[in-house]
Amino acid sequence: MDKKTCYHCGNEVTTFNRIEFDSREFCCNGCKTVYEIFSENDLGCYYDMEATPGATPEEANGKYDFLEKSDIINKLLEFNEGTTSIVSLYIPHIHCSSCIWILENLHRLNEGVIRVLVNFPEKKATITYNDSKVTLKELVLLLTQIGYEPYISLKNYEEKPQSIDRSLIYKIGIAFFSFGNVMMLSFPEYFNIDDIWMREYKDFFRWLILLISLPVFFYSASPYHLAAWKGIKTKNYTIDIPMSLGIIVMFIRSTIDIIFDLGPGFFDSMTMLVFFMLLGKLFQQRTYNFLSFERDYKSYFPIAITKIGEDGVEEPIQVYEVVKRDRLLIRNQELVPVDSILISNSAFIDYSFVTGEAVPVEKKSGDKVFAGGKQVGDVIEVEAVNTVSQSYLTQLWSNDVFQKKVDMKYKTITDTISHYFTPVLLTVSVLAFLGWAFVDLNAAFNVFTAILIVACPCALALTAPFTLGNAIRIYGRNKFYLKNVTVVEQMAKVNTVVFDKTGTITTNANSTISYEGDELTKEQQNDIRNIIRASNHPLSRKLYNFLSTKVVVKPQFFEEIAGQGLVGVINDVKYLIGSPKLLGIDTEKMINETSVHIQINGIYKGKFIFANHYREGLKELFDNLTYSGYKLVILSGDNDGEKEALQELLPESTTLVFNQKPEEKLSYVNYLQEQGGNVMMVGDGLNDAGALAQSNVGVSVSENVNVFTPASDAILDARMFEYLKSFLKYSKKSVKTIKLSYILALSYNVIGISVSIMNKMSPLVAAILMPISTISIISFVTIMSNYYAKKIIKKD
Amino acid sequence: MSVIYFLISISVVVAGIFLYLFIKSVKSGQFDDAYTPSVRMLFDDEVNVKQKKTNSEQTENKQKENQI
Repeated sequence: MDKKTCYHCGNEVTTFNRIEFDSREFCCNGCKTVYEIFSENDLGCYYDMEATPGATPEEANGKYDFLEKSDIINKLLEFNEGTTSIVSLYIPHIHCSSCIWILENLHRLNEGVIRVLVNFPEKKATITYNDSKVTLKELVLLLTQIGYEPYISLKNYEEKPQSIDRSLIYKIGIAFFSFGNVMMLSFPEYFNIDDIWMREYKDFFRWLILLISLPVFFYSASPYHLAAWKGIKTKNYTIDIPMSLGIIVMFIRSTIDIIFDLGPGFFDSMTMLVFFMLLGKLFQQRTYNFLSFERDYKSYFPIAITKIGEDGVEEPIQVYEVVKRDRLLIRNQELVPVDSILISNSAFIDYSFVTGEAVPVEKKSGDKVFAGGKQVGDVIEVEAVNTVSQSYLTQLWSNDVFQKKVDMKYKTITDTISHYFTPVLLTVSVLAFLGWAFVDLNAAFNVFTAILIVACPCALALTAPFTLGNAIRIYGRNKFYLKNVTVVEQMAKVNTVVFDKTGTITTNANSTISYEGDELTKEQQNDIRNIIRASNHPLSRKLYNFLSTKVVVKPQFFEEIAGQGLVGVINDVKYLIGSPKLLGIDTEKMINETSVHIQINGIYKGKFIFANHYREGLKELFDNLTYSGYKLVILSGDNDGEKEALQELLPESTTLVFNQKPEEKLSYVNYLQEQGGNVMMVGDGLNDAGALAQSNVGVSVSENVNVFTPASDAILDARMFEYLKSFLKYSKKSVKTIKLSYILALSYNVIGISVSIMNKMSPLVAAILMPISTISIISFVTIMSNYYAKKIIKKD
Repeated sequence: MSVIYFLISISVVVAGIFLYLFIKSVKSGQFDDAYTPSVRMLFDDEVNVKQKKTNSEQTENKQKENQI
């Protein structure tokens, strides 16, 4: 049977959800509606550019009521003058050229829209609109309706867009300008022709070179001088010290050479060096604009919530304005923003994100509901008992771990090398100076400066940025996004991997239901749905959401047999829904598969399979990691109900820890570190946030990388979960590549220093040696890291 | 002979103008999003093709009218 996909969103079309319209197949009414809107407005092009570009629109009833309040609108707007307003919205679904096209043609769907500008890498749409014709709420609803729901959270409310730091680009631009011109002007000197022409213009060339080099020394190279000064003050011998020293010596000696007419100076080498170094800096500054590695609870919490006033009037208020005793209305799929007490009769709260519990918890009237839980089911009413900042979950962020600057925690491999390099270099140059001082004091100065110039560890300092920058890019292509280059080095040191359970090694099971057996008619599907309506068993809830029919009929007879299933009668047809035991059939018990069997009027029909609970490749990943000598731990906030299944599935050496609160996870990771572990924490929820921050490498796994990821060092697309082993191995190889190229770089330095010790160093030699070393090192690390990537990370 | 002073000064000044333009364009945010414009460019074409079609149809019609 070939699989059919929805024309709009590309989801699988099954017999349960098929909707035919305009001789095309859709998976749900939502998708069909979007298609209708587009085709009515002559926007059918949307489907021509990319196949199945859309997303199923979510229902938004009442969700955006807060956008009617003018103080909230004003916070969100970037610009507002007269009737023209500009708003920037983050739309996670932007993923293809069709998306850009449809959004930039939004004015054809609503005449109030003046102009839309999409920033694809940041997944942002800047919408200019006429607020006398369309309100922000209508605009957001329109976007939601066509499947481009913007993501508006508390963070948008608080933060104003920061100004971007573009100074590195300016520095590179200036360095390149100077480098090019200085090279051109130095050219006559390279040929060393001593004739009248040369004598006449020599001074002009040299003084012009000096002039052009000034901005490079004082502006472009300034970050190195600053970093070196910082390093000296903190007695931290970073690579910046010899580099800054080299640049300063080069500048001073060249200036003296030119002023006293001693020689042409090394300005060509200096500008080139600074240019290459800055380029390396740019290269390792790989940023994923559409991802955020610094999220805290603010990114998840809604801006506003519906408050029920004294006379029963519903009114949206800003969540920070929620005070004790406020009555709040929480709709389906909305987050509970504050700790509160349930007033409605009963509710299901999904805490998977906060505590890691897999199954929604039932709460009865009067129970406490913690902030961060997601409400599933009908609208409920709660009464706040805390304010937002005092809630149980948000208090986790007051832990010290979140205050630390992560970058300062680790010493990079380059710093380790330079710790030895700098003193050795200084010793060699001083010794050479002393040695030559007996022969000729003038030559001694020449040798001393030449050593410092040539030894300027340009190649050494470029190795790590280029290797790791390349590694980050390769990871990014494989949907593993790292925060910065130091994470690669940290990954290479990892010896303990800690996994969260819910959402990390298990999937979010809602979407993975399939049916096997004789086809069910529409009536039968309908009846099954109506029978399971009354059941609160988690499987029933999932199945209920899966079946899409809408008619509600009350069954004539209904009984729930605990641990087995449901018996129901509708229109004199008897349905048995549940385990094989209930149906009286014998099937082999399958590990790692949950199924609900259906029997109608005594005839066995088939089963709904709740597909693989654990992520694909989990067993292989754990086996491989154990084989490679990693210590594995599963750290779960859930109860130990799955302990046996996990023990059976995973290698024996895996440590299983259950019932861990967020702070306990943090301290467990800390404990492992005290035992000498370099811990990689793999988690997904807010409950892992503490552990992720505490660990050496925090990786958050996400099914949709654009939305829910707590603060971490890296974000892993859930589909690439089984590749974690390869990623770890590749990080080791990257560090190996760096070490290999250090040998290469150091040998260049040895050659350069030997030439200078013999006082044979001329600007021409420097101008040849430096680019050769730089370019050969860069190509070496690029080739090596790509070769390893090809060998280790195999794409499917 | 002194033409060399003149020429080199001009070449440096021209390069300086380009540097200034580069910095100015970076400052204006032109290079912040390097991807979307490349896609947007293709859309413009598409819309233009449609308009051109209608245009060319119109001209064809006109031509026909003229012929008649």
